[in-house]
Amino acid sequence: MPNAQDIRRRIKSVKNIEQITKAMKMVAAARLRKAQEKAAASLPYTEKVREVLASVAGHASDLSHPLLEVREVNNIAYLVLSADKGLAGAYSSNVIKEVVPRIAGKTNCSVITVGRKARDYFKHRGYRIDEEFTGFSEKPTLQHAIAIARSVAEGFKSGRYDEIHLSYTVFHSAITQKATTVKLLPIEDVTAVDANPSDYIFEPSAEEVLNHLVPQYLETTIYGALLQASASELGARMTAMGSATDNAEELIAKLILNYNKIRQATITREISEIVGGAEALK
Amino acid sequence: MAKTIRLDIVTPEKMAFSAEVSMVIARTTAGDIGILPGHAPLIAAMAIWPLRVITDGEEIPISMCGGFIEVQPEKITILANCAELPEDIDVERAETAKARAENHLRDSNSDVARAEVALKRAMVRLKVAEHNKQHKM
Repeated sequence: MPNAQDIRRRIKSVKNIEQITKAMKMVAAARLRKAQEKAAASLPYTEKVREVLASVAGHASDLSHPLLEVREVNNIAYLVLSADKGLAGAYSSNVIKEVVPRIAGKTNCSVITVGRKARDYFKHRGYRIDEEFTGFSEKPTLQHAIAIARSVAEGFKSGRYDEIHLSYTVFHSAITQKATTVKLLPIEDVTAVDANPSDYIFEPSAEEVLNHLVPQYLETTIYGALLQASASELGARMTAMGSATDNAEELIAKLILNYNKIRQATITREISEIVGGAEALK
Repeated sequence: MAKTIRLDIVTPEKMAFSAEVSMVIARTTAGDIGILPGHAPLIAAMAIWPLRVITDGEEIPISMCGGFIEVQPEKITILANCAELPEDIDVERAETAKARAENHLRDSNSDVARAEVALKRAMVRLKVAEHNKQHKM
């Protein structure tokens, strides 16, 4: 049976932990709102770029751009978006779980990681990491997306990769996020979208516009995914920290009950000792 | 009332500008174009250059760094990585960016193409900010 002092110490430490988790929950909640707004604000842009790309694709006589080229698949890269920090429940491990079955045991696969968690995981297990980006998982900016897009496009153009997939977490709500994988390069789905019926004039030419548009499309897609991932991370952290706070509260209640029991038992014992002593003196 | 055309400037961060305007003058990679209401559908890549927006005889420059312009007879949509109205420009930041870009250009080891783009962006911002200053005085 632990003594009263031990329990008192335990209560104190659990209280400290509770304070931390509570603060983290609140911080995550505040940031989540901002991240959600940002993710929503980027949607019109993403849609518009896709729309314009579709209408260009519908009009250009022959679509040829290095990033649209479909090749025989020899080397595949996975771009994995994870968190820099832990304490976000299963957020990072869910993304990693999404990727691992696809690359396990294959020699022609490599990973490009965003966020410390994915990097550490893949590094420790001996996977090939071609490039890593860290330090902005919570607050990605367009500049980060551009940097990633540039390096990914470079790898694809040079023939180092024949296909690049993007694994990230789609944000549905603060409690539901889903890890998914989409094909990033070569860009394929553009022609599937219904081309705009109006006949556009292209200035200077459809090919030229395409040359500018394709990299921009890539950047936008990556940026959109980064924003979704950051909202998911914060959502996951908020829920995880919320339940951690609840658990801490429950634990504290149990410990206090225990503590009082022991305290009471000690008092009772002391009283009976005194009474016993007084009895013996008679 | 003069005819107007809707202008939307969309950036990944936000809707930067949305209003009815009478004319837009944009510099595309192939040269300047003026767009009036009822223009034929057009898609063009834009150069890094201020966009001139004319509303009721008054001209507002908007700093842009590349992007696309999509024109439909009653609507113009501009997709840009960044777009700033004169009053939103951080002159100090643009000045330091300009100095940095110039340094990079002198240094032959650095990425010249990138520095050139950065320099252009900074110049455009300063130019647009200049307009704001004149306006106030």
